[in-house]
Amino acid sequence: MESLKAEGVENIFGIPGGANLPTYDALVDAGFRHIQVRHEQGGGHAAEGYAKASGEVGVAFATSGPGATNLVTAIADAMMDSVPTVFVTGQVRTELIGTDGFQEADILGATLPFVKHSFQVTDPRQIPEYVHEAFHVASTGRPGPVLLDIPQDLSRAEIEYATRTEPVELPGYRPMSKGNIKQVRIAAKAMANAKRPILYTGGGVVNGNASEELRELVAADRFPVTSTLMGLGAYPASGENWLGMLGMHGTVTANWAMDNADLIVAIGARFDDRITGKLAEFAPQAKVIHIDIDPAEISKNVGAHIPIVGDVKLVLPELNREYRALQTDSSRLDPWWNQLREWQQKHPLRYDPGDGKEIKPQFMVEAMHRATGGNAVVTSDVGQHQMWAAQYYGFEQPRNWINSGGLGTMGFGLPAAVGAKVARPDDDVVCLAGDGSLIMNCQELATCVTEEIPVKVFLMNNGYMGMVRQWQELFWDRRYSAVQMGASPDWVKLAEAFGATGLRCEVADDLEGTMVQALEADGPVLVDVRVAQEENCYPMIPPGQAARDMVEAPQKVS
Amino acid sequence: MEAGTPQAVRLEDLHVPGQLSGRKHILSILVENKPGVLARIAGLFSRRGFNIDTLAVGPTDDPSVSRITLTLDGAVHPIDQVTKQLHKLVNVLKIRDMEPDETVAREMAMFKVSAAVESRAEIIQFAEIFRAKIVDVGRRALTIEVTGSADKIEAFERMIRPHGLIEMVRTGEIAIARGSE
Repeated sequence: MESLKAEGVENIFGIPGGANLPTYDALVDAGFRHIQVRHEQGGGHAAEGYAKASGEVGVAFATSGPGATNLVTAIADAMMDSVPTVFVTGQVRTELIGTDGFQEADILGATLPFVKHSFQVTDPRQIPEYVHEAFHVASTGRPGPVLLDIPQDLSRAEIEYATRTEPVELPGYRPMSKGNIKQVRIAAKAMANAKRPILYTGGGVVNGNASEELRELVAADRFPVTSTLMGLGAYPASGENWLGMLGMHGTVTANWAMDNADLIVAIGARFDDRITGKLAEFAPQAKVIHIDIDPAEISKNVGAHIPIVGDVKLVLPELNREYRALQTDSSRLDPWWNQLREWQQKHPLRYDPGDGKEIKPQFMVEAMHRATGGNAVVTSDVGQHQMWAAQYYGFEQPRNWINSGGLGTMGFGLPAAVGAKVARPDDDVVCLAGDGSLIMNCQELATCVTEEIPVKVFLMNNGYMGMVRQWQELFWDRRYSAVQMGASPDWVKLAEAFGATGLRCEVADDLEGTMVQALEADGPVLVDVRVAQEENCYPMIPPGQAARDMVEAPQKVS
Repeated sequence: MEAGTPQAVRLEDLHVPGQLSGRKHILSILVENKPGVLARIAGLFSRRGFNIDTLAVGPTDDPSVSRITLTLDGAVHPIDQVTKQLHKLVNVLKIRDMEPDETVAREMAMFKVSAAVESRAEIIQFAEIFRAKIVDVGRRALTIEVTGSADKIEAFERMIRPHGLIEMVRTGEIAIARGSE
């Protein structure tokens, strides 16, 4: 407990059980805020939401066996999205390890493929040391989850805590920070010679707190900017050079820009398959500058012509300075911008507004933007609603968009909102949920009520697992298989059963007002918004295809 | 202008170096001697689809450090990506991709060969040519110990196989850099 305090921990999400009883006993006097979640997976995602919203390390506790295995999805999620988190699990007593004891699970072994690092305590005196090492590894370099597994007998041992004075030193762990200045100079000169450059930014810019540095680099010339799902908000959606998100459900302009670019500057992004589509046909004309803190990301999927390993927060100002020193003639970008503007005009994000009564999901996101002034922390689950939020909310600031990008975990949104609201109690925190996803972790409504965490859940209820339905419609001949949500709960009653406020909205005209009402109400609120059931999310690059094969929403015949 | 930075960088002059070397690589990896380290390395290889050809683990002159020597095919795997992934493991201290010309690599193998009286002399002769040792003699079989490069061991195997190879055990290669370094 003392070591956690020394790491600046204030909030812990978790559930007690037999094997972590000693830890929970110590918690009584330790002075932390402990948020008692209702499922360990929820605790794990709440720790992630906390970390993503604040930039601080999120902490979750679970007991041994099923408590620990329930955390596994959250740990894998934190690994994929590089979320600084420390998971502390109880383990059976030392002499029971390996005997298939009650509530024993080899959580260290189970999570090996998706932890940044993990420790199992074998001597109580290791505990403070491992706690400090865990926070160090989780929060430095490319952030990620660290697991600390403590057998019950060792967590109840009395040890002396000596305040740590020297920094953590791990001989096999030395994350790079400053980029190679020679490489930065070469990159600046390549950018000066590019006629069709594009900045492709990712979650690394958000994780690295380098949003300001990115905005300054963009201002050095008229560089067009696009971003991955995870990087939204690092450059403002209202910014002049913003092309919109890229990738499978990105804008036509962003994807065609990548397809036609002669130079891609990848900043804290990892060329995921949802970005590249068919790898062999990805950005065929482009040379690549790849800036990343993780050397293993360089040339993993797409070869880098100019690799720069370093912390984006340190590299971007250097690159900016070197580029400005070249005093490049900005007019060389005119033809490129003319082309981009033409694409933007001809192929904006669009949807069929319908009869104006039925609520279109895209309209719902726009209404949410208006009701929150565009400044809320928005968490989401995974599916169509997530993509529509990314397309239509228009994020202006980093750390305001919290979702599960890499692992794509349905049920992430509500617990993540719990964590985000704990981290930023003064900001509006809304969870844009899907009905397929929300039910997977809806038990956390109880956490919101009991712990007085006033999260607002806006449920985009279309009665389907919408994205899967869309794929079945488009690629599987509309043979719907297990995507109807059937007798979904009455969400208003469900919210009320948990002690939260439940509201329902079925008409477009009432939507913004209902949302404002929810935001102004005390305590947690769930708004069940009945949207058009079979709306598809466009534009879309069909899986395994290239950017130029992008499909747009069918034009309304009028 | 300072050394190493060209005056201008023309995009058409930029190239990505090839990822596949096309040859066998020996990686000499120093790791912390802690529980589970081998599992982390083996797990990394299986998860990323890298195939280990041989693997040898043993202590070093420092009891807190172990050495893992593994060989893999650079024609199939991008070695650079393999080493970068390995470096991400906190318990991995140092990785050396051994240069073939500057490395002494050795492997030990034991062959149990059926050796009827009439072929016994020939087998013993092979063993002498390969500077192998006969470490066990039975009524119908000989056990032979061979040390050398993987190529030498494979050559010996080809020679001995027609006589009836009962069993073969190989350690996997270990390697050390030539010279005083």
